[in-house]
Amino acid sequence: MSFRYEIRLSGEGGQGLVLAGKILAEAAAIYDDKNATQSQSYGPEARGGASRSDVIISDDEIDYPKALNLDLLLAFTQESCNRYAIDLKPDGILLVDSESVATVPKGDYRLFKIPIVDIAKNDVGKAMVANIVALGIIASVIKIISEDAIESAILARVPKGTENMNLKAFKIGLEKGKTLLADR
Amino acid sequence: MVSVERNKNIKVITGNEACAEGALVAGLRFFAGYPITPSSEIAEILSMELPKVGGKFIQMEDEISSMGAIIGASLAGLKSMTATSGPGFSLKQENIGYASMAEVPCVVVNVMRGGPSTGLPTLPSQSDVMQARWGSHGDHPMIALVPNGVRETFDLTIRAFNLSERFRTPVILLLDEIIAHVNEKVELPDPAEIEIWNRLRPVDPPESYLPYKFTESDVPPMASFGEGYRFHVTGLVHNETGFPTNKQPEITKFLTRLNRKIERYTDEIIQTYCDYDEDAEIGVFAYGSTSRSARRAVQLAREKGIRIKFLRPTVIWPFPQKQVEDLARSVRKIIVPEMNLGQMAHEVEWAARGNSDIIRLNRIDGEPINPLEILNLITEMVS
Repeated sequence: MSFRYEIRLSGEGGQGLVLAGKILAEAAAIYDDKNATQSQSYGPEARGGASRSDVIISDDEIDYPKALNLDLLLAFTQESCNRYAIDLKPDGILLVDSESVATVPKGDYRLFKIPIVDIAKNDVGKAMVANIVALGIIASVIKIISEDAIESAILARVPKGTENMNLKAFKIGLEKGKTLLADR
Repeated sequence: MVSVERNKNIKVITGNEACAEGALVAGLRFFAGYPITPSSEIAEILSMELPKVGGKFIQMEDEISSMGAIIGASLAGLKSMTATSGPGFSLKQENIGYASMAEVPCVVVNVMRGGPSTGLPTLPSQSDVMQARWGSHGDHPMIALVPNGVRETFDLTIRAFNLSERFRTPVILLLDEIIAHVNEKVELPDPAEIEIWNRLRPVDPPESYLPYKFTESDVPPMASFGEGYRFHVTGLVHNETGFPTNKQPEITKFLTRLNRKIERYTDEIIQTYCDYDEDAEIGVFAYGSTSRSARRAVQLAREKGIRIKFLRPTVIWPFPQKQVEDLARSVRKIIVPEMNLGQMAHEVEWAARGNSDIIRLNRIDGEPINPLEILNLITEMVS
């Protein structure tokens, strides 16, 4: 039986969510021999305000390239959480930045709360790499794309000179993700 | 540090990137355009890539002049292209007619967005499919291709060049915002293995060259300006010399050949993908990005045990009349989902000749058609 896994990374413009989505898609497609599509919000809504990046991963051909029922939603802001939580499928994963998302809409999903931006700021040293920390957490939680594939995709995408910082962010994310799973 | 083996031919790119890449492989050496959402990345990429292969990129003052510029470059012998969207496509129509009349090969990419007028600049649509056929006035032939994904955009961009070169005619490539901007995994073929067609060059010396000569194929050999051939090019009806004519036999002869040169090769131009269940009572006809929704819906319907015939053209002009008629003869109903108010459904209805009911499913709010909308319609029709 083939699988189709839908991920939405949501938050504000400038949080690197489009890049993170592209890294996930490339990790799956180029380094993990799966199929992947990535699309993003486009137009006025993408300038400032809300930003979203959708990734679909499958071991089969992806017919419909847009998200239908999310398996995982990452919400970096309260607004994006409110807006997109409804798109989660039953028992889907809602991963929120616990410092930015105070209230979580009611629904049938598995909730993971963790201060992603604070971890990036304090443990890695730069809030900017919160997107990569999030990728580490997601990698641990969903276990669909191999850690090595994501690591390779990160190295191929991030600006020269930032590789070590981004790798550190990813590793810390991986560890935090494992802790989150163990705590459940 | 880890290193995972990667296949260099596998990439994750958008439809606009695939279009630019395909054009370069096809031999594009001149692009003129005026940026417009959601087509702008095609111009952006080519502005960087064309100079590297000795080509030229010009950002013109508007869409009308861009179309004029690619006609001029093509007459000088270069494979030429422009890319635009919605309102820009309207502006290009007069010169598309000129290219058709003067038989100048060129490729016009229109990334469809919501209209009319400036409409919905950032949202997808399929509402230019009729304009692609009849946007320019007068009886003229037309070829229009509609890819449904990133890899197919690469392939059909190359095909658009090949067809335009072979038939000395403008070819329109219709993308939409979804395909233009979605990143997909593609494995691109080795350029050495791709078939490239070039326009037929004259064997006659300049003194006896007739630019619009009647030949067996109906496609006259084309000389390039700057190679010693001097000839007249006009949008007026002309005879074999290229000079205007008002003589009735010459008018009929020329306009008949102009249209026949595409019509008689219709079977070679048309390409369709069929995925037919035996004894199905329901057919689905879909093109472009909507065919991806339809494909999903067909898959889901089959999982429920419903038999379906799915027909997807990659060429909508000339229209695949025979294929649609055959489908209509074998099913009771044909669903035509599209992001417009039923432009292709009208054509499907004509081709079906009353052999089956045509059920329209239209969406015009800038949202893609959800596969479940199509699935619901299918299940309603079965029950």
